[in-house]
Amino acid sequence: MRRSLGMFNATVLAFGFAFLYLPIVLLIVYSFNASRLVTVWGGFSTQWYVALWNNQALIDAAWVTIRVAFLSATAATLLGTLAAIALVRYGRFRGRTLFIGMVYAPMVMPEVITGLSLLLLFVAVDFNRGFWTITLAHTTLTMCFVTVVVQSRLISFDTSLEEAAMDLGATPFQTFLRVTLPLISPAIGAGFLLAFTLSLDDLVLASFTSGPGATTLPMRIYSQVRLGVTPEINAASTILIAIVATGVIGAGLLAKRNASRAREAEKNSGNS
Amino acid sequence: MNEMMPKPGRTHFLRMLVPAVPLLWLAVFFLLPFLIVLKISLSYYVTAQPPYAPVWDWGDISGYFSALSFENYRMLVEDSIYFSAFLTSIRIAGISTFLLLIVGFPIAHAMARAPVSWRPMLLALVILPFWTSFLIRIYAWIGILKPEGLLNQLLLFCGAISQPLDILNTETAIFIGIVYAYLPFMVLPLYATLEKLDESLIEAALDLGCPPWRAFWAITVPLSKSGIIAGSLLCFIPAVGEFVIPDLLGGSETLMIGKTLWSEFFSNRDWPLASAVAIVLLALLVIPIVIYQNSEARRLEEKP
Amino acid sequence: MSQRVRLGAVRSTFSPWNDPTAKPLIQFQSVTKQFSDTVAVTDLSLDIYEGEFFCLLGPSGCGKTTLMRMLAGFEQPTSGKIILGGRDLSGVPPYRRPVNMMFQSYALFPHMSVERNIAFGLRQDGMPAKEIGDRVLEMLRLVQLEPLARRYPAQLSGGQRQRVALARALAKRPKVLLLDEPLGALDKKLREETQFELMDLQNDLGTTFVVVTHDQEEAMTMADRIAVMNKGHIEQVGTPGEIYEQPQTRFIAEFVGDVNVLEGKVAGRDETGHWHVETSASQTFLTVDDPDEVLHDGQSVAIAIRPEKMIVGRHLPLSSPNLMSGEVWDIGYLGDWTVYRIRLDCGSFIRASRANVNRYVDNPISWDEGVQLSFAPDSAVILSR
Repeated sequence: MRRSLGMFNATVLAFGFAFLYLPIVLLIVYSFNASRLVTVWGGFSTQWYVALWNNQALIDAAWVTIRVAFLSATAATLLGTLAAIALVRYGRFRGRTLFIGMVYAPMVMPEVITGLSLLLLFVAVDFNRGFWTITLAHTTLTMCFVTVVVQSRLISFDTSLEEAAMDLGATPFQTFLRVTLPLISPAIGAGFLLAFTLSLDDLVLASFTSGPGATTLPMRIYSQVRLGVTPEINAASTILIAIVATGVIGAGLLAKRNASRAREAEKNSGNS
Repeated sequence: MNEMMPKPGRTHFLRMLVPAVPLLWLAVFFLLPFLIVLKISLSYYVTAQPPYAPVWDWGDISGYFSALSFENYRMLVEDSIYFSAFLTSIRIAGISTFLLLIVGFPIAHAMARAPVSWRPMLLALVILPFWTSFLIRIYAWIGILKPEGLLNQLLLFCGAISQPLDILNTETAIFIGIVYAYLPFMVLPLYATLEKLDESLIEAALDLGCPPWRAFWAITVPLSKSGIIAGSLLCFIPAVGEFVIPDLLGGSETLMIGKTLWSEFFSNRDWPLASAVAIVLLALLVIPIVIYQNSEARRLEEKP
Repeated sequence: MSQRVRLGAVRSTFSPWNDPTAKPLIQFQSVTKQFSDTVAVTDLSLDIYEGEFFCLLGPSGCGKTTLMRMLAGFEQPTSGKIILGGRDLSGVPPYRRPVNMMFQSYALFPHMSVERNIAFGLRQDGMPAKEIGDRVLEMLRLVQLEPLARRYPAQLSGGQRQRVALARALAKRPKVLLLDEPLGALDKKLREETQFELMDLQNDLGTTFVVVTHDQEEAMTMADRIAVMNKGHIEQVGTPGEIYEQPQTRFIAEFVGDVNVLEGKVAGRDETGHWHVETSASQTFLTVDDPDEVLHDGQSVAIAIRPEKMIVGRHLPLSSPNLMSGEVWDIGYLGDWTVYRIRLDCGSFIRASRANVNRYVDNPISWDEGVQLSFAPDSAVILSR
């Protein structure tokens, strides 16, 4: 039944999203501000983007961050998906309650606690802190978010599809590979992206667990923020936002195209 | 239940791997560290690398235990700074969670009532800010809230105030920051629950003589209880230990426990004391964490 | 001379729609409802009288649900008025109308017990607690669910949930009770029982019932009057007998019950007053009656004959009216009836059905046999559209 959004709801949404996006819009605007100061508009300029290009420290940090994010997100997706499968499909196994507890706890645990504890672990086993410790830390934090995303998809999964595959001769493993996995892959993809973002953005965990030569972008930005920022950071953020927005819009358009193709196919098959 | 058929022998081992691998990882990288923190909290500070003693000596266990001290915990109890930091953190987190509910519920509700074709886009819009640097968005609020900042400029311009408001470096700024940063964490669980709500229940209530606002309190709110709990805990618990927001927006007056832990660790290099702070914080949050885990476990069960 | 009355034309003495002094309880006046890209209801006018058991019948998408929701107050008409008891309902929200609805999905509040569900509407009115208790008990007795008062909806069967939904909707003693596909979720046996229960209930309470359904058997069994809807219009309003035996359009003839439609051309009258129609179905012309006097010579016409009005046999008397011949293509044995699908010599198909009156039959008609068909001139209905 086609219903339009009431006036009240539409206003709520408008204000809510305005609140969410105001700082972002400001960031983008001021990245083009010729003046350094937030309060003064000095005219349109791309000088900060140029400065960004030359800011080796920032670029290095960005590179570290991306590598850490990619590796940790991959590991987190793998672990998180396994955990989700165990939670949804394995019924009551020994240690399930403990399992559930351990999967959900990192989601809510304050990062200062997890950061501190991981650092102490690395020190206790005399593991050199740096790139890999940050990666391990991020994997641990983000895998539970992947679990939540994949698990909710698994729960709404139509198991009669798997039953049909097995009826037609596929073993459970083959069924999983060729029926289940492809169908839940959007959720797994979403989990990966979520893990990637959380890693990209994390300051506290990285600060505790990093070592010499492994400074992430948030760490670099934080140290600069305390001192006084140049709008190069705004420029960096704007670039990041642009990349992400393009990705999301692209994914959305792709999804829409697939949906309308599916609708066309249905219509045609109905006519024939 | 969606149990796969039991299989013998080798494949059974493979099946066992599925929960075992993540479980093992979490046991090593999540549980074990807590034990280490506990152990270190019972040590004392030395100017050494690492800056605590006694260090675990596999040979001398009895000597190790006799050297343990509760000095750190005594300091926490005696020095009122820590006590008030704990209280402040809980208070601020609590108020922020309440504000998050007030702001987030209407948004989630409006999203759940939106035309179906809009919903993926609305969801994406809520999640998108996630993708931009958290640190930088908080930093942007500095620019908005400071005395020469945007908000004050706007209010002075409209004549709503005559003196710039002192928001930055106060608790109010922290509230704004937490609500801003944690909003998706409140909206998403609420939206998930509200979306599943059968609209015909609201229509039935209207049909039976209930005006819309009363139908909201009698039907919508009770039936979205699990989402409210999940969203609230998902925001409250991490907010208690929040560091970045009080550090950037709260100034030196507001002392939250996350900042305390950070400065004990990085500035004072007093790892044992920082560990003690962490253990106490953990103890305070244990009950909410367990409630959250139970609520999620129950949500796992109840879905069809 | 005895009055020849068409079967089904008169059902009972209750017929306020025939009384010129009676004022209708509900009036739809030129109601149109347009959604953003479709028109659900177009310029529809309808009168429903107090105490009627009224049915809105039609295929999905015909607009019947939209009409009902406008009466309940969940949609507002784009144009036109809805009058209830003399009062214009424009702009009146659903919680201020003396109309209550039994939802298709029942919409029972899952977090409230049966008792509290039924009491819900009464508490909205601010009724004193003691009275609420008494009324809830009365309702529980009415639907025979007294022992289940404390249970929750999740603990009830489908049939029990339906009765709770009914009790809840009747608790406020509304002037009009709307029922949205009330029997759809029930299995066949339960459906039949519930049909009669609903009729008895309506009779006892005297409340005006408006039922929306796509199941014509349901409508025919329960309703005093039926409005057959198609594509946002009302095609015909009448008693079940009128709808069945005097369908005004081809759509109605085909939607309600089974029917054979023969097309042909009028070719004059004979001395007995019967009209002759030339069709491909018969070697000679067909003879039909035209009591409403719509026919004239040379007109293209469609005539409808219900299968049970067809007489079928191996050899029928030569004097049988409207004799046709063909072979048995298919037989459907339904227990109480047998349906024959017969391929006429000209190629078109006719359905004939007859009741299995005897348990034992010598030499029953079988597949591929040659048979003859006949029907009386007054069994045919002339379809105007």
